Amino acid sequence: MIINHPLLGPRDAQEFTYLGDAALIDRPDGMAFPDATAAQDAFHDYLYLRDNPAGEHRELWFHEQGDRSWLVVTRNTVTHEITKVEFARDVARSRGRSK
Amino acid sequence: MADHRLHPITPLGHDTPHSVTIGPVTITEVTDTALASLAARLGEGKAVADIADTAGIPLPGSGHAAQGATFAAFWLSPDMWMVEAPFATHEDIVAILKPHFGETASLTEQTDAWARFDVTAPDLPAMFERLCNFDLRAHGPGAATRTVIEHLGCYVVIRAPGHLSVLGPRSSAASLFHALETAARSAF
Repeated sequence: MIINHPLLGPRDAQEFTYLGDAALIDRPDGMAFPDATAAQDAFHDYLYLRDNPAGEHRELWFHEQGDRSWLVVTRNTVTHEITKVEFARDVARSRGRSK
Repeated sequence: MADHRLHPITPLGHDTPHSVTIGPVTITEVTDTALASLAARLGEGKAVADIADTAGIPLPGSGHAAQGATFAAFWLSPDMWMVEAPFATHEDIVAILKPHFGETASLTEQTDAWARFDVTAPDLPAMFERLCNFDLRAHGPGAATRTVIEHLGCYVVIRAPGHLSVLGPRSSAASLFHALETAARSAF
């Protein structure tokens, strides 16, 4: 599998490690809930509940043997076709996360 | 001050840099370069670029290396570079660079973390297609990248046609050298 790095161009998947669902970027703010139970429930869902789609999936990949950037890769889990590769920091910033 | 009777050794453990010639390929240890990584701090990219420009430090774009009058540099990751300078005059490279960059960038001494081998041969792609994923046929002088050679994360910097540098972890210098030698024997 080849991942088309936004800066470095096509790179072999061998150079990357896989973390999982890009929803991990959306970590809940534990202080923003009315009570501790609600916060705990939100963190439980964040930590343990994942969609497992047969089809398009946004996931986090780490270019470990390259420039060590975190990427959000949109990949079809059925065909392995990769339709989009973005920097995770750009995705996070676009959602108001990470100054 | 104590009179230490210690003398430096090269990454391969010799008194002087080791060199081997295999057919048209020459692989040479290079120890005359001081290294420091330069990482622009958050929001300081423009300031770092201006300071580097004034100080004569080239900051090449992604996947590239550049040579200035004294300093050279290759790209490591967004907002981060490895700066190279002559060891004889810049042994304490961070102390030399820090006054320029102040609080705009983080500098880390890297000189003895790496073993550098320069490889010269007329047909380097034939040798490196056996070693790593970096496609030398698709990249020319001035290209630089990190890749895997012999399970080691290494930087490959193309200096000129038929001349490139491989920087690998110093603690695995002998393994890397062996891999380079083996590929050279296999290719030529």
